Amino acid sequence: MSGRLAPSMTPDTAFFWEGVRDHRLLIQRCTECGTLRHPPRPMCPRCTSLSWEAIEASGRGTVLSFVMPRHPQFPGFDERFIVALVELEEGTRLVSNLVGTTPEEASIGMAVEVRFEHFDNDVVLPQFVPAGGGPGGAAGAAPDPGTGADR
Amino acid sequence: MTAGLSGRAAICGIGQTEFSKESGRTELQLACECVKSALDDAGLSPADVDGLVTFTMDTTEEIDLVRNLGIGQLSMFSRVPYGGGAAAGTVLQAAMAVATGVADVVVCYRAFNERSGMRFGGFASTLTSMPLFLSWYGPYGLLTPASWVALHARRYMEAYGVTNADFAPIAVVDRTHAATNPDAWFHGRPITVEDHQASRWIVEPVLRLLDCCQESDGGVAVVVTSTERARSLRHEPAVVVAAAQGATFDGESMTSYYRDDLTGLPEMGVVGRRLWEMSGLGPDDIQTAFLYDHFTPFVLMQLEELGFCGRGEAKEFATVENLSIGGRLPINTNGGLLGEAYIHGMNGITEGVRQIRGTSHNQVDAVEHVLVTSGTGVPTSGLILGRA
Repeated sequence: MSGRLAPSMTPDTAFFWEGVRDHRLLIQRCTECGTLRHPPRPMCPRCTSLSWEAIEASGRGTVLSFVMPRHPQFPGFDERFIVALVELEEGTRLVSNLVGTTPEEASIGMAVEVRFEHFDNDVVLPQFVPAGGGPGGAAGAAPDPGTGADR
Repeated sequence: MTAGLSGRAAICGIGQTEFSKESGRTELQLACECVKSALDDAGLSPADVDGLVTFTMDTTEEIDLVRNLGIGQLSMFSRVPYGGGAAAGTVLQAAMAVATGVADVVVCYRAFNERSGMRFGGFASTLTSMPLFLSWYGPYGLLTPASWVALHARRYMEAYGVTNADFAPIAVVDRTHAATNPDAWFHGRPITVEDHQASRWIVEPVLRLLDCCQESDGGVAVVVTSTERARSLRHEPAVVVAAAQGATFDGESMTSYYRDDLTGLPEMGVVGRRLWEMSGLGPDDIQTAFLYDHFTPFVLMQLEELGFCGRGEAKEFATVENLSIGGRLPINTNGGLLGEAYIHGMNGITEGVRQIRGTSHNQVDAVEHVLVTSGTGVPTSGLILGRA
């Protein structure tokens, strides 16, 4: 794997990326009203509380949308790599890549699960694969020893 | 008291540079040229100007325009954020200033070398660190406006059975109108549906090359004053019948993926409701529209948000026939951003003014009201222009 540009972070968002480094997909939760939110921000839009904690997501979700950016091509990405909008089973959404499948096998609504990819330049990112049993799913495919996939 | 704004201000002058791929001069010079051109068109001098409004993104400082044009003093200057979403918003700011007496003559301008200078679709190629706003997207390769829009638009396509072929009429209509506009970059170069479908994927399976607007160098300015003063000037005033900005909960700039429903453009919904409310008009009262067309799918979604058709009905409404001169709603009669130039939507406002004056290269018959929208997928704005 070649490198990916590292995300920038602020004190509001650093916990998410620190979690990713530890192979934990974290979601911000308001400790007053319990509302989950992503992307992270300092205030709960439901109750305006500034108190929050991070909970660990199950890592399971479904694909809401996916596209294959073809032009321009950027270093470090395959020619028909897949960018997906994933809705986690907890209810929040995040953008990530769909890997371990093809544009033809992927579908909106397909079940996916997270794994964590270490890129050459020490960047770690959450990536999603078809849920176990699906086309190219984690349970059906040989684990890639170089990726650090742990789910 | 928004009704208090309707009819109070008018656009009395329009100006522009040529539209090119390499202007060969600075953005500051382009700004000077288009503002001077607009003042000349209005029959006003720089000394008459006391207000300036531009985009947050514009690189030309107000005080540099003052120094170059010889403007004596300013009593009002403001900027509007969110890229192309700012376009009609500049006229709203100007109209508010004029209606309240804060300024008498306000110039709204936008000038850039978006093709020969910093390209919005290409800046990510040269990044050495990830900007904060891109950190949730860029590491995954979602690095261009086209890709941001496509991930959103695919939800719309999925919900209503829309395919890329349904976007072809927008591109064909824009390029047909550009073909007969001598100011358009694509003057004399119409395209067919087949050309659209044969163009390469930019973001599969949503956007082909001909779904994406061009990148342009150029500048556009408009002069806003009171409707009363505009009546005494040389051109028929294009009255600001309604003007609105809109933003809604849980949005981002281009990457609003977190709302329950991703099949609409709720910012434009806000703008549309405000425009109809302020003007007392409805979709049937609009003879022609400039619908911001940076990417074709969002033109279909705008038709729905603005009430020209129902939810999910735009693919039936948006035929070449309906959107051409003589059809139900001729759009983008200058060729739009796809065909004329990408001047961040300001060239849609000038075309709206020409339709009111009766001077468009693709003039629609019996125009009473023109609708103009601004950038979509971002907090945005819109205008209804009418006759004095």
